[in-house]
Amino acid sequence: MEKAPQHHSPPRWIDRLLTIIIAPHFLEDILGDLHEIYALHARQGNTRTARMRYLLASVRYIRPYFMKRKPRTYSPTYIFSPAMIRNYLKISLRTLGKNKAYSFINITGLAMGMAVAILIGLWIYDELSFDRYFQNHDRIAQVWQHQTFNGQVGTQTSLPFPIGDEIRRNYGADFKYVVMASWTNKHILAAGDRNFNKNGSYIEPDGPEMLSLRMIHGTRAGLKDPYSIMLSESVAKAYFGDANPLDKTMKVDNNLNVKVTGVYEDFPNNTTFREASFLMPWQLMIIANPWLKTMEDPWRPNAYMTFVQLIDKADIDHATARIKDIKKRNINKEQLKYKPDVFLNPMSKWHLYSEFKEGHRVGGRIEFVWLFGTIGVFVLLLACINFMNLSTARSEKRAKEVGIRKAVGSVRNQLITQFFSESFLVVGFAFVFSIVLVILCLPVFNEVADKKISMPWSRPEFWLAGVGFSIITAIIAGSYPALYLSSFQPVKVLKGTFRAGRFAAVPRKVLVVVQFAVSIILIIGTAVVFRQIQHAKNRPVGYSRDGLVSVFMATGDIHKHFEAVRQELKNNGAIAEMAESGSPTTETWSSTSGFEWKGKDPEQSVDFWFDEVSHDYGKTVGWQFVQGRDFSREFATDSVALVVNETAVKFMGLQHPVDEPMTWFKKPYKIIGVIKDIVVNSPYAPARPQFFCLSPGQGNVINIRLNPAAGSSASLEKIKSVFEKHDPGSPFEYEFNDVAYARKFFDEVRIGKLTTFFSILAVLISCLGLFGVASFIAEQRTKEIGVRKVLGATVINVWGLLSRDFVILVCIAFLVATPGAYYFLNSWLQKYDYHTTISWWIFALTGLGTLLITLLTVSFQAIKAATMNPIRSLRSE
Amino acid sequence: MKRTFLGEFEEIVLLVVAGCTEEAYGVTIWERVQEYTGRSVSLSAVHATLYRLEEKGFLTSEMGGATAERGGRRKRFFSITNYGNRALQEINEIRQQLWQAIPAEKLQPKLSFS
Repeated sequence: MEKAPQHHSPPRWIDRLLTIIIAPHFLEDILGDLHEIYALHARQGNTRTARMRYLLASVRYIRPYFMKRKPRTYSPTYIFSPAMIRNYLKISLRTLGKNKAYSFINITGLAMGMAVAILIGLWIYDELSFDRYFQNHDRIAQVWQHQTFNGQVGTQTSLPFPIGDEIRRNYGADFKYVVMASWTNKHILAAGDRNFNKNGSYIEPDGPEMLSLRMIHGTRAGLKDPYSIMLSESVAKAYFGDANPLDKTMKVDNNLNVKVTGVYEDFPNNTTFREASFLMPWQLMIIANPWLKTMEDPWRPNAYMTFVQLIDKADIDHATARIKDIKKRNINKEQLKYKPDVFLNPMSKWHLYSEFKEGHRVGGRIEFVWLFGTIGVFVLLLACINFMNLSTARSEKRAKEVGIRKAVGSVRNQLITQFFSESFLVVGFAFVFSIVLVILCLPVFNEVADKKISMPWSRPEFWLAGVGFSIITAIIAGSYPALYLSSFQPVKVLKGTFRAGRFAAVPRKVLVVVQFAVSIILIIGTAVVFRQIQHAKNRPVGYSRDGLVSVFMATGDIHKHFEAVRQELKNNGAIAEMAESGSPTTETWSSTSGFEWKGKDPEQSVDFWFDEVSHDYGKTVGWQFVQGRDFSREFATDSVALVVNETAVKFMGLQHPVDEPMTWFKKPYKIIGVIKDIVVNSPYAPARPQFFCLSPGQGNVINIRLNPAAGSSASLEKIKSVFEKHDPGSPFEYEFNDVAYARKFFDEVRIGKLTTFFSILAVLISCLGLFGVASFIAEQRTKEIGVRKVLGATVINVWGLLSRDFVILVCIAFLVATPGAYYFLNSWLQKYDYHTTISWWIFALTGLGTLLITLLTVSFQAIKAATMNPIRSLRSE
Repeated sequence: MKRTFLGEFEEIVLLVVAGCTEEAYGVTIWERVQEYTGRSVSLSAVHATLYRLEEKGFLTSEMGGATAERGGRRKRFFSITNYGNRALQEINEIRQQLWQAIPAEKLQPKLSFS
């Protein structure tokens, strides 16, 4: 036989196209004929012409006659016809309704997870958008400085008074605006008969322009005149109602008359300036405090803030490099040992990244953003895991349904759509439910988190994220039943030979372990946070807090009649003692560097907490003396006497501190007493040296020890009437020391509350999931349990059988979770100098607690299964 | 003419199939059609006509006879049905009658002097 002549086959791509174009019932012989002709041409001439002719011949087949598919013998199955879609929904709803417990667990679990994720998402968004309210937020910066004290680099925002003018004069090229501002403080603001304490600050006239105030009345140029004031909308409303406040006169701190020149929209809660409810001109502060102009060494005290706005082209690093040494060039030689480095902190970093250690940025609140972000993701993950777990657990049960549906004539695609529509329905319900939950929780959440977040109904990103997430969850969770279950062969399933593989349960088990590991980490975290708060709260404060009240003084009226007021209140039994001081007991507002003592290294730069107090201060707050005595009226020399704390003695290395001579800015002083350390500022930081001296001047705070024998509200009434008699212009406002002290824990308590909330939810979600899985497993093993019981197993046996698996899983989760939890919490605690230790019993208790919860959850199902009459489960076959 | 109308090309193809002695399929029919008519005909036209004739019931087909040249694809062999046969004969008869009706002198070629 002749060998078939070698020829190349025609171009593949044409064949492929033809396969798509030509209807299948024509395809075989047409292609065959075409190939045959091609072979003929190829033999006769060259391949190229053959190919060309092949292509031309093929093109002629692109016509409707060849493309039209042959109608099928059977009517086609409609997968997406309206009737089928209605059917999918109806069946899905029926399945959900039939398994009420399952649907409940699924929907609530998922909704809780989603609600937590939404809340955390809103919180993170709020944090990240901090200070974005200001139009020039990317150009604004604050001037900060690093200084070296006691061998450590400290970072602060307070700067000397003349720095603003200096920057403008010598470094102005980089800046559009340079604005000095005071701290936001309480001032008495009066208009007509209305008289309140309000928070406000002094700021230079460019401030409103830099902060792009949104004006409601007046213009941003309102602070040009020294006797003017700009009010926030809410303050304007509080004083003038709906009347136009422009050009109205107000009185500040009972002595300065100012004219309202503008009303601006309140700063939103998520801005640095949210406290500033009114703004006054910088010039007014200078008028009120004339000594500012006549300071002996104006570059020494650091007391004011400086803000700048860079010009559009300026680079912040270059600008920083230029002003870095601005202080060194102006301060006295002897202060150079503090090494003041000035730098610009951009507005985008103020809120989240403004923690410095040893002169380097080490983060800040961004850590909380990460912390809560992680928690949110994990809680959501838990909820999704539940969802998936329950679907896989149910798969064996639904396998029969798949078999019957297929036997009746269902196509696989219909089954897939059916399962997906169920999972979409559940996720849809959960999403709606979660939004309801968020609406309900938001007020409480705002309070706990100290936020003013509202639902971003009109933001497309929110909906996009929510709906997008729902769709992804639905697809992931629904994919297992949809893709795997629908592939079962009906014969096998219906005959009962179908068995999920040995490893079918492995992913489910892994998921349970993950769930419980996360829950355990959260529980341990919560426990440690609260232990730390408690630890700091239990720290000895060094004075007595009961019945101690502080009143902040804006005017000198009480000071002028201090002795009279004190005697009057003591006589009418309202107080035990009262005294003035520069700072409240819980804080220290000033520090000083001028101390010299015997044996001090002259080059050493020191910075001691310092406070000026009046007589009886020690008695009022309850100083605990270790050595020496309190200030006394009997010794005239006490005007140059010092009371120091134990840490100061230790720091100076004095053996016999009492009567030790010292100098303060070259003036001789003498230590007369040593007190136990007082907790001021942060309760987590180690104590620092603290000095007290007597001062005849007016203090910022009046400290009052209420008479313990009298009721505090009655005493406060009496104090109020006496104070108002002597100082009629000031509203009487007081604060209990306890309250001020509790504020120190605000951040930690907030984290504690939030983590508690999240861990409870996590545990709840995990238990819901466990409950669901346990119920399905119990159901699956009904027959086995029946047989066991018939053969003599006791309820305890069966209970153990069903619970053992879960207990093992939780134990594994515990082993996985503890090292991680220990590592994270330990590094968290290391940030606090005064911190608790992580005791083993926290882990032990958490482990036991989780185990107990697990057993309780599982036992409900296990006991139900174990006490069932075996006849019921065995009868059916 | 109560029968299904057959177009000129359809008639040719049907005649070719009827006239084939061996088994007729796409390629052979295409070659014969070109041979007899002397026209260049596309394969797709032949295929379309064949299928249409089959749909109308003049032809039947069966698959078979795969070769390597065809990439292992089978041929579709067409054969004429009784119905097809009758249709051809009827056409033939009608034509015959029409031929007979023509007067003999009319068939003579005319001279023209224009």
